[in-house]
Amino acid sequence: MMPAATPATLAPRQDRRAPLLLIGLAVALTLFIVVVPLAYIFWRALSQGFAVFAQNIMAPDTLHAIWLTTVVAVITLPINLVVGISAAWLIARFTFPGRKLLLTIIELPFSISPIIAGVCYLLLYGRQGLLGPTLAAGDIKILFALPGIVLVTLFVTGPFVAREVLPLMQAQGSEQEQAALTLGASGWQVFRRVTLPNIRWALLYGAVLATARAVGEFGAVSVVSGAIRGQTNTLPLQIELLFNDLNIVGAFAAASTLTLIALVVLVLKTIIEGRTR
Amino acid sequence: MSVAAVIDAPARRQKRVLPGFGLTMGLTLTYVGIIVLLPVIALVLKGAEIGPVRFWDIVTAPRTLAALRLTITAAALATVFNALYGLLMAWVLVRYRFPGRRLLDAMMDIPFALPTAVAGLALTALFSENGWYGAILAPAGISVVYTIWGVAIAMTFTSIPFVVRTVQPILEDLDHSQEEAARTLGATPFQIFARVIFPAILPAFLIGTTIAFARSLGEFGAVIFIAGNLPMKTEIASLLAVIRLEEYDYNGAAAIALTLVAIALVLLALSNWLQARLTRRRVPA
Repeated sequence: MMPAATPATLAPRQDRRAPLLLIGLAVALTLFIVVVPLAYIFWRALSQGFAVFAQNIMAPDTLHAIWLTTVVAVITLPINLVVGISAAWLIARFTFPGRKLLLTIIELPFSISPIIAGVCYLLLYGRQGLLGPTLAAGDIKILFALPGIVLVTLFVTGPFVAREVLPLMQAQGSEQEQAALTLGASGWQVFRRVTLPNIRWALLYGAVLATARAVGEFGAVSVVSGAIRGQTNTLPLQIELLFNDLNIVGAFAAASTLTLIALVVLVLKTIIEGRTR
Repeated sequence: MSVAAVIDAPARRQKRVLPGFGLTMGLTLTYVGIIVLLPVIALVLKGAEIGPVRFWDIVTAPRTLAALRLTITAAALATVFNALYGLLMAWVLVRYRFPGRRLLDAMMDIPFALPTAVAGLALTALFSENGWYGAILAPAGISVVYTIWGVAIAMTFTSIPFVVRTVQPILEDLDHSQEEAARTLGATPFQIFARVIFPAILPAFLIGTTIAFARSLGEFGAVIFIAGNLPMKTEIASLLAVIRLEEYDYNGAAAIALTLVAIALVLLALSNWLQARLTRRRVPA
């Protein structure tokens, strides 16, 4: 039965066919589970023509949701930048007891599911929560209002900037900064002229990821916002509301704006990755 | 001034040449304290307040058990698919050159970039009876929306990138000499994969799979659209925690949330342990 010859003649033929088969399978599966759902969002959003699409986007509640989502992103970004740089500087440039523990706590939000984060916030600020009675006495409104949405968004997006900047600061070391200090630069000058230019792409990368997440966060925000129509509804929550109203085309119109943002983020990510490598 | 402070002093003076220790420490601790620790402490305190007996009663109540069972089963289904699909994608993207490869690679980032509510909406509409997929599946008697399969599909979509993105770099760095040795010794392509390549990427593969499973367990946004959220049937555990909150049953919410956090932390510890093993093994090589 030609035991030696069979593998020799079979192997090359198999080698040519197997890659084609695997590539075909990979492309088909990706089309089915990633590409079609993505295309479907735009198809459904525009299924009744552009006029209806525009009308859906311009609906007062949806416009307000877009506005609120923008406000949340604009408030959280500078806080995330400052805290991210601070944390990275602290951990990369100094040694102190509890340094590893601090890093673990900073990264903790990545291991806690956002919906659980929302539950934690409610257990803290809710009516029967830890601080609930104090807040009620002082007539301070955190839950079901902008402060709650901002706080929980900060929880969910907190680690992004530090996670991008810290490894870079550690890899670069502090020689340049030490040299600048010896030459008489002030601390602020060192940061602006030496540190910031060195970390700018990582900083931008972290900022893009954090903002994308702030705009798209659903679970955590849905618990603390109360989803009050036209008041505390962010754009992702508005999608659910329209979906529950059976206004499917309206829901897809809202979803398509978030999808566009996601695609822009992907392009930005690719550009920044090209810069840093 | 303790002895420890005196011993520490020279090291500290040396390190604190750079300015900003007090400022960055203050900012970081303020952030960590208010944003991260305070809410987590609220959860732990609430959990401690319940007491072990009541805690056990809540977690083993039929509705909680059904929710946990659904969440874990659906997450396991999603993870099995993603493990196989992720391995296939990593292999195809690293080992073959073909037109459209970079685009295919970029597609792997879509599920992370897309907000989960958007993914949930799109999948629900696609798989509902008059959607593109649902219209094909319905005549075959397969319904996805409002079943465990819907939950699993939503979880699958949002955790697609984990296995691909952890296996890909390891596969890229893999030394080809062992494969060539195996080939000259007469191993078939399948034998080479099973005996040479797979053992080398196994730790990364397991890390990716573990994170994908953890993410699936925690997924909320995509799932609630497609699940229908019927108590005892298609209600995931995290949704039950939120429902308990809305009923002002803070104890019930805290007990379920703590259970989910505990599972997540065990999975995190597992992936860290695998990571440590992976780096240990890679350093000498």
